[in-house]
Amino acid sequence: MKKTTAKKTPLTLEQIARTSSGPDDTEKWDLRLYVAGQTPRSVAAFANLKRLCEEHLAGRYNIEVIDLLKHPQLAAGDQILAIPTLVRKLPQPIRKIVGDLSDVERALVGLQLRPGKS
Amino acid sequence: MAKTTANDTAFDRTLPKALTGVRGLDEITGGGLPRGRPTLICGSAGCGKTLLSLEFLVRGATEYGEPGVFMAFEETGEELAQNVRSLGFDLNKLVKQKKLLLDFVRVERNEIEETGEYDLEGLFIRLNAAIESIGAKRVVLDTIETLFSGLENEGILRSELRRLFRWLKDKGVTAVITGERGSGTLTRRGLEEYVSDCVILLDHRVTDQISTRRMRIVKYRGTTHGTNEYPFLIDEDGFSVLPVTSLGLQHKVSSERISSGIPRLDTMLGGKGFFRGSTVLVSGTAGTGKTSMAAHFGNATCERGERCLYFAFEESPGQLIRNMRSIGLDLGKHVKQGLLQIHSSRASFFGLEMHLAVIHKLVLQVKPDTVVFDPVGALVQAGTQRDANSMITRLIDFLKVQGITAMLLNLNSAGDSLERTDVNISSIVDVWLLLRDIELAGERNRALYVLKSRGMPHSNQLREYLITDRGVDLLDVYVGPEGVLTGSARLSLEAQEKSTALSAQLEAERKLRERQRKREALEAKIIAMRKEFEIDESESVLLADEETSRIDRLAQDRHAMAVSRQADVTVVPFRNGRK
Repeated sequence: MKKTTAKKTPLTLEQIARTSSGPDDTEKWDLRLYVAGQTPRSVAAFANLKRLCEEHLAGRYNIEVIDLLKHPQLAAGDQILAIPTLVRKLPQPIRKIVGDLSDVERALVGLQLRPGKS
Repeated sequence: MAKTTANDTAFDRTLPKALTGVRGLDEITGGGLPRGRPTLICGSAGCGKTLLSLEFLVRGATEYGEPGVFMAFEETGEELAQNVRSLGFDLNKLVKQKKLLLDFVRVERNEIEETGEYDLEGLFIRLNAAIESIGAKRVVLDTIETLFSGLENEGILRSELRRLFRWLKDKGVTAVITGERGSGTLTRRGLEEYVSDCVILLDHRVTDQISTRRMRIVKYRGTTHGTNEYPFLIDEDGFSVLPVTSLGLQHKVSSERISSGIPRLDTMLGGKGFFRGSTVLVSGTAGTGKTSMAAHFGNATCERGERCLYFAFEESPGQLIRNMRSIGLDLGKHVKQGLLQIHSSRASFFGLEMHLAVIHKLVLQVKPDTVVFDPVGALVQAGTQRDANSMITRLIDFLKVQGITAMLLNLNSAGDSLERTDVNISSIVDVWLLLRDIELAGERNRALYVLKSRGMPHSNQLREYLITDRGVDLLDVYVGPEGVLTGSARLSLEAQEKSTALSAQLEAERKLRERQRKREALEAKIIAMRKEFEIDESESVLLADEETSRIDRLAQDRHAMAVSRQADVTVVPFRNGRK
């Protein structure tokens, strides 16, 4: 898994240093899911995300759900346009996955848990 | 929703409009952009879309009390603020005053992965939050098409954009959406399909190496609008559209007359000179003294204590002042007093619109009573013939509205018809003075003619004039068998006329003397004859006396004889015999 991460995006020296020093499976995943109200789509997105995390990141992930209807000012911070959007805050770099995460393969690629098709 | 339906259903003849505050745009749109509806501004790169939309917001915030949200998809707020600082817009200040909100939306494709269904509710929420936070009435989305490069699913995007524009309408905000021009379509992604109320097309084209920016209102639903292409420019005061004919012909007219600076020319113009606020064209070939005429005009303006603005496209102020000193006009004095402003620039230095803007600005700044363009035809060099024509028409309209008397000089090139101007403005000027060379007897002389002068009787004579060290001097007219005589032909005729007049006078005097003499002779004769007659008369009296006395003596003698004969005679009265 560590290898695929390195392959997918060029890392900064710091990142290389960190990823090489610390063991990969202890890395904390900080995920943020932006939704707008309890729409079927956001509910589906949350369910898909939960399942995905349990499968691949059991025990070392943290999901924060932000309802933009309640906190509209937070949309600007992560440049949110599409709903739902999943933002991977940690590990760096920031990745964004838009959509309800129903396409598991692409979601994994987006989260860099799986190598891209290309 | 309520707001727009109210607008749609209410029987309101005029579409509610939001003034843009952009110079000229409100005129051609008949009052601004459609209020509460989205307007699309499209054009190729660098044609001023962002600037126009930003000025719409800034003017709205500062002049009409309508706060605005600028949602930028291409530049950050700080970049925008920097870009427009040179135009005198202080965005940061407006942001602090809560009159403006800049929101930068960044869409990076490489950090976004799409999995499954989504919508753009996030954008809606952001926009809504921005609008609500400052109570915005105006919104700009610049350039929303960037979304297409950031998000893959075009189907979702299109339906979301449609929803967005509908939402903006329902929100009742006056929105401006910018779009990059595509090949064959107004925008690359066909945004015009969604924004159907008002579409403005900006264009930046280069013709003969001179760039001109133009604007056209492609459509404006529910209202009349100017349909031409209007040149516009971006200068240090922002955007200005120059409506070709928007000024119309509604200017006030003055019947006050002002001097041309040449007294005898005033005489030719009904004795009083030009009407104030009229447009005077002085055309002539090279070296006919157009500038001298203009200098007289300017000089007269300043001497009345009024202001004159002189645009010299061929001479520097110093050169003009020096040259005019040689004909006895001290323009330097007026420049020092601030009454005369000479503005020199090469016509080809910048494009026509810039010239027009500079002229507008200076005229508004200086507030002159008269303006001189020396020569107006030079402006053709700064653009094409057509552009120059329309620009000068606009310029004349503008000056007329301000009540400024304008003198336009036009150089006729040799060989051209004299009654033709470089810029085809002869029909819109009020007075046309034609200066021409007359070649006669191996000389070139200058002559002036009032070709037309609206609203006043004017001389029909071709007048020769001299440029002397005391200025332009109109001479008396000498007409010879081949037309008006000029130069030495005139001088010789003048001399000839003088000598003829002299000899005629002498002749008259001689005749007078002769008659006198005749009279004297006749009178002498009369006296002599009278004398003769008197002599005759006195002689005849003597004779008669003699006869009487002889008769008397005869009678006496006879009496005496009778007495001596002792005859019986009656005494005859002595006097009887004389009866």
